[in-house]
Amino acid sequence: MSVSNLLENWSQFRHFHPVDDKPHDPYKWAMSIDLDACTGCNACSVACYAENNLPVVGKDKYAHGHSMHWMRIERYWDEDVGVAGGREFPDQGAQFLPMMCQQCEAAPCETVCPVAATNHTADGLNSQIYNRCIGSRYCSANCPFKVRYFNWYDYPTTDNVWPAEMSQQLNPDVTVRGKGVMEKCTFCVQRISAAKVAAKGEGRIVHDGEIQTACQQVCPTSAISFGNLVDPESRVHKQWKAQQVELDKEAQAKDKHGEEGGSSGLRGYRILEELRPYPSVMYLERVRESAV
Amino acid sequence: MKDIREDIAWAKINTDVLKSLENPRKLYWVILFFALAAFGVGVGCEIYQYSVGMGVENVNNPHVWGLYIATFIFWIGMSHSGTLLSAILHLMHADWRKPIYRFAEAMTTFSLMTAGLFVMVHIGRLWQFYYSLPYPNERGIWPNFQSPLLWDAMAIFTYLSSSIIFLYVGMIPDLAICRDNMKDGWRRKLYTLLSLGWEGTDRQWRNFRVTYLTVACFLIPLAVSVHSIVASDFAMSQQPGWHVTSFPPYFVAGALYSGCAAIITLFIILRYVFRFEEYMTLPILKKTVRLTFAIAMVWTYLNAVEFASVWYSHDSASKDVLIQKATGPFAFAWWGMIFCGSVVPLVLAFKRFQTNIPVLLVVSLLLNLGMWLERWMIVSPTFSHGYYPWTWDHDQWPSLIAWSIVLASFGWFTLLFMVFCKVFPSVSMYEVKEMVYHRSLHLKKGETAEQGAH
Repeated sequence: MSVSNLLENWSQFRHFHPVDDKPHDPYKWAMSIDLDACTGCNACSVACYAENNLPVVGKDKYAHGHSMHWMRIERYWDEDVGVAGGREFPDQGAQFLPMMCQQCEAAPCETVCPVAATNHTADGLNSQIYNRCIGSRYCSANCPFKVRYFNWYDYPTTDNVWPAEMSQQLNPDVTVRGKGVMEKCTFCVQRISAAKVAAKGEGRIVHDGEIQTACQQVCPTSAISFGNLVDPESRVHKQWKAQQVELDKEAQAKDKHGEEGGSSGLRGYRILEELRPYPSVMYLERVRESAV
Repeated sequence: MKDIREDIAWAKINTDVLKSLENPRKLYWVILFFALAAFGVGVGCEIYQYSVGMGVENVNNPHVWGLYIATFIFWIGMSHSGTLLSAILHLMHADWRKPIYRFAEAMTTFSLMTAGLFVMVHIGRLWQFYYSLPYPNERGIWPNFQSPLLWDAMAIFTYLSSSIIFLYVGMIPDLAICRDNMKDGWRRKLYTLLSLGWEGTDRQWRNFRVTYLTVACFLIPLAVSVHSIVASDFAMSQQPGWHVTSFPPYFVAGALYSGCAAIITLFIILRYVFRFEEYMTLPILKKTVRLTFAIAMVWTYLNAVEFASVWYSHDSASKDVLIQKATGPFAFAWWGMIFCGSVVPLVLAFKRFQTNIPVLLVVSLLLNLGMWLERWMIVSPTFSHGYYPWTWDHDQWPSLIAWSIVLASFGWFTLLFMVFCKVFPSVSMYEVKEMVYHRSLHLKKGETAEQGAH
């Protein structure tokens, strides 16, 4: 960024609002996750560890909250389960929520980084530049979803982070991160880049289904879909459209009643939409009687 | 209660103050020793943290900020009252500030330096800290001018450099006195160098007055802006408990408050250690105490405003954070803050305590404890009960390393401050002389008037 860029082309570097900015063309990567299909099996999380060279910090550090799971499965119980005077078992079991970086269009983390180490890419990803990060951790402090993970120790040189017999399993397409930098889910940007390069060589754009994120690939119930939101034929685009979720919407009318007086049947929503970060991940969940 | 004597000789002022450069009481060396020890421990901890990683602070992934940021705000805040005493009261022609403003200004400078250290201690990659400075580089990469942390870095550097200039400019006539009265040695060479050939000619005095006034005027808006910008670090973020419009004035009030309390503490210590009883008189202490009390009440009011605006805001996340502060794992610290910050200062309302040195020493230390807790309570509870429920069950307690570094910062500050007071005159000689002169004039006028009446 030069001074003239600072004065004249500022909007090129910062997104204020997804609509005011230049349109995403030809790609806008997005996801949808069907919570009604999610069984909480944690396969996505494991796949993420393998694909993205996440350090396995061990029991002690995990207990201190130093775990590095870019993709985490959160588990929620109904409010009266397990408390004094409440029920022993829930009616519908635990609720699971796979949570990773939501790749917000107006990301709260981007504006606060003092060194501009986290930025928006033209295809709608929230990128993290490890080399530039100085570790002020302001991005994590301002992240509403708390999906950013800091390298509290120098994991590549720590014993047993990647056991010796598994030294060949590290993904050569992904760097390992040293101490003092922030990291987070990238939507498997290494796979996206590879597919984009291949497509460019053939003079076309990436087809739907050509890129699978690691979590999507392993999900036994196909709860996760990933693709190009700009492409009207993509599965993600169709899902978002069917649920009437739009990138620049501020509140989802999920609970509104339909014309026949019943539920609208819409299941899609984005988490903490009302804060207006415009996340790129849509979740699908049936509105339960007990939760209304 | 004795105030500064009107008939005190100028030569005596010189010798009394210059004595502080040579033979302080034994307590001075005791304080210096403990400060050095505490600082040494902190340096050890920092070396360990630097080589192992930030994990030794025992903050964790949703809870990424901890004691370092809290203590950073504390030291920034501490720096404000020096400017209040030296610049604002200078413009208001408050006579009583003259014997004490020099050390208050030194306090400003050194606490800013301490705060700057905490930025370094906090960041994960200390060796890359210069990325946050807008320096020209071959890649054309600039820092992010949208980030409040960047404004912070700039505001602090500006304030620190201006404070050093202000402290130094105000000291030039006194450095010349030191130069003229010192025996040969390294100190005399130092004073000769620093006094810039001051001889006390009319022209020099005129230039000096203009410069001093200009820097004072420049410094006042900086003092207000620097803590407002620290407040923006929080107010500009999105998190419940931080996203509060009233934060900038609240932070400035808190800053003046803890600064005034620190001035009382240091006043008492310096008065004893350097035998300044004749200059740092009880009436001056009394005025400082009253000022502190007034600011304490302003702070209490702003605190109440913040609570009320959160409570009636219908913002359930912010409200939950407030409830969490009062009842959750941090409740002891939060109530401690209310007690030390709003209840303890009521002692200062009583006339008989306003000049009672042991009571004031204890009270001023408690006030600063309260203000430190306030900063901690701004930073930490938001992490343990923010927007996202997944973060709610994480227990977080700072490690011994973190506590040691916080303690060491007090050692570092004391070390710098005590060395300063031993090397440079901590009571402004020329301004005390002015003060005495004005008072004697005033007295004479009164006498003549009395005679005329008869």
